Amino acid sequence: QLKKVKKQKVLLMGKSGSGKSSMRSIIFSNYLARDTRRLGATIDIDLSHVKFLGNLTLNLWDCGGQEAFMENYLSQQRAHVFSNVGVLIYVFDIESRDVDRDLATYVNVVSALVQYSRDARVFVLIHKMDLIQPSLREDVFDQRAALVRRKTAEAEAVMRKHQQQQLLLQQQQQQQQQQQQHQHPHPAGRPSPSPTPEPSIHLQLFATSIWDQSLYKAWASIIHDLVPNLSVIETQLASLGVAIDADEILLFERTSFLVVSRWTSREGDRNPYGDRFERMSNILKSWKHTCSKYTGTPRNAEQFSDFEYKMGAIFSMFATKFTTNTYILVCMPPGEARFNSAKLNVAAARSWFKFLDGPVVQAQPS
Amino acid sequence: RVPDPTAVQTKGKPRLLLMGQRRSGKSSISSVVFHKLPPSESLFLESTARIQKDSLSSFMEFDVWDFPGQIDIFDNPNVTFDMDAIFGEIGALIWVIDAQDDYLESVARLNSTIFHLHRSYPHINIEVFIHKVDGLSDDYRLDIQRDITIGIQDELSDQGVENAPVNFHLTSIYNHSIFEAFSKVIQKLIPRLGQLEAMLTNLCRTCRFEKAYLFDVNTKIYIATDSTPEDMASYEICSDFVDVIIDFTEVYGSWPRSGQWRERLEGEPWCQPLEDQVACEWAESGMVLADAQRPIMLRQVDGFLALVAIMKEGSYDKIPQINMNVDVVVKGLTEFFEITKPKETVVTAAPGMVSPGLVQG
Ligand SMILES: Nc1nc2c(ncn2[C@@H]2O[C@H](COP(=O)(O)OP(=O)(O)OP(=O)(O)O)[C@@H](O)[C@H]2O)c(=O)[nH]1
Ligand SMILES: Nc1nc2c(ncn2[C@@H]2O[C@H](COP(=O)(O)OP(=O)(O)O)[C@@H](O)[C@H]2O)c(=O)[nH]1
Ligand SMILES: [Mg+2]
Repeated sequence: QLKKVKKQKVLLMGKSGSGKSSMRSIIFSNYLARDTRRLGATIDIDLSHVKFLGNLTLNLWDCGGQEAFMENYLSQQRAHVFSNVGVLIYVFDIESRDVDRDLATYVNVVSALVQYSRDARVFVLIHKMDLIQPSLREDVFDQRAALVRRKTAEAEAVMRKHQQQQLLLQQQQQQQQQQQQHQHPHPAGRPSPSPTPEPSIHLQLFATSIWDQSLYKAWASIIHDLVPNLSVIETQLASLGVAIDADEILLFERTSFLVVSRWTSREGDRNPYGDRFERMSNILKSWKHTCSKYTGTPRNAEQFSDFEYKMGAIFSMFATKFTTNTYILVCMPPGEARFNSAKLNVAAARSWFKFLDGPVVQAQPS
Repeated sequence: RVPDPTAVQTKGKPRLLLMGQRRSGKSSISSVVFHKLPPSESLFLESTARIQKDSLSSFMEFDVWDFPGQIDIFDNPNVTFDMDAIFGEIGALIWVIDAQDDYLESVARLNSTIFHLHRSYPHINIEVFIHKVDGLSDDYRLDIQRDITIGIQDELSDQGVENAPVNFHLTSIYNHSIFEAFSKVIQKLIPRLGQLEAMLTNLCRTCRFEKAYLFDVNTKIYIATDSTPEDMASYEICSDFVDVIIDFTEVYGSWPRSGQWRERLEGEPWCQPLEDQVACEWAESGMVLADAQRPIMLRQVDGFLALVAIMKEGSYDKIPQINMNVDVVVKGLTEFFEITKPKETVVTAAPGMVSPGLVQG
């Protein structure tokens, strides 16, 4: 049973200048990394609705990070900002001088989130990693990540304790009331029901920079869990992959070029390039820019329809427009006959994926 | 990363000498063009203290020497440089000037260098890279170029130096300009360049291509193009296309497949070695832009070179015929380079130097 349109509230937060609007512009509006230098500071909250495939809408709340705004989100606007949140993306600028203060703000944000949207997922991006010497990046990230994890756990613990106390208080009040009404409510010695343990926050951390593919890795993970009908997509992709004897299939959303889903054969799994998915996004996206510059068409427009590459007796691949909202990239073994039939089969398989294109209409009685 | 100087066999190899003030961008240039360093990572390069000698084996062999800015080879109290060993080979002196900095001193040093060289080594091309022009406005770039050109020519004619072979290029490692400039520099070192250009011009005529380039895949330098006028936009898209192909090749073509994989693919119902199942042993690729105009094609010529062409509107239907013509030209190019390649040299690259061409050798 396919699900209908899903809306997701996504909060984008972090200190002013940390790179929130830059990322959003690159991923969803096809800005070049260097174009982001022209972005001004975001005033208050910049709300945008991003359509992703046919049946997912992201309500992206880009929250200007200047201190006065932050205070406002955490006080007057608290319920408004932090209710019904699906995902919080929190951005730390690795170059920031005042790490303690950044973390304190983060702790406040996480507390507000736990209070109003207990099930929200949290993605922390340690950003502008390009400014750190390549050889130090891993260590710097690991250290910062450990710090953020600890702070998150602390914030959560404090918040939970606070909530438990409130709960306890309520229970005591109830018990008192009950005791007043009936003299013996419970048989003696019966334990009072203990509150079920809260699931801890779903937290993922990424090292990112707008200057390389790391951005695509982080955002593909963020998007991945939000896409409706993911298991259907995965199953269909696997059937297609087996049918055409592919080694790898990637399905991209057509504007952002984020990887929506992918399938890899057993042989393809031996590929040593673990970062290849975000790399493909990055390559194709920058190729789009090149085309747009060359043809003079708008950068959000479709830039190429068909691509073929045969690398002798080593491998073949093609990338092509697939459904209205997606591109597909197929990597496969060499061979002319195999290649031609794979292309035909992929074209034929378009209809299996129609559901990606629009809100699913009520299932028809069969 | 410093190659052993004794191992550098220079006989007959063209040499590119990179000179200029400290921090002008010489090491960044050679790292970006010849070692594929991402431009943004040039920020982390350390200052060069000794002459860095790189040997490159590509479609032809040449050396790139990076001189530390603080060394003045003509007026050095500590070392006397063997001028013949430095300037004796045919090649080019690339003088890098930081356009975002005060360039008077650099121009003065360049003048004295040209003056020194003019008498003994008049055959050396002097290529001035007016560098780091990203971030400067178009008008300002031209002003600087005029200023520097006049500063050099006036001084030289005052010194009585006539028609020194000095050329100017506006460059930046953050865009295609540095590769374009190197293309121009290298093309002057290719024997029988005219013949190559004629082949490409011919191809464009028979296939009705708009523009064709012969690329050195490792460096994205183009070593020849057809005779239609220079066109930066065409060069950029073709060069980026080469980039795309290189990236795909690295990710999907640079690791060995398993024995079972091959066995299965060569078994029923194909019953043929993989090599016989493909039409072309080298890389071939095509990309149709969304407006269905001007598709782009790429054909690998050998381990180092690839032909990249922009077709005309609607020519995608005539692909089989085009492929035949391309085959002929590729064969011609292969023969051309078999003849010009020095046979006796053993190809030994400096560590980390040559990344694989389109095919892992
Ligand atoms: N070096 C580097 N600079 C970056 C990166 N990401 C963004 N920037 C730069 O950081 C500056 C600020 O970016 P914005 O996206 O406007 O910051 P913001 O988080 O939206 O700031 P507010 O809207 O004030 O909250 C811009 O000049 C970007 O070009 C990165 O990964 N590396
Ligand atoms: N903006 C800009 N900076 C550059 C460019 N090329 C090099 N640089 C920077 O100039 C600085 C000095 O470069 P380096 O190669 O070490 O200079 P060298 O001493 O001449 O070898 C580095 O910080 C580079 O990042 C360029 O094209 N544009
Ligand atoms: Mg902003």
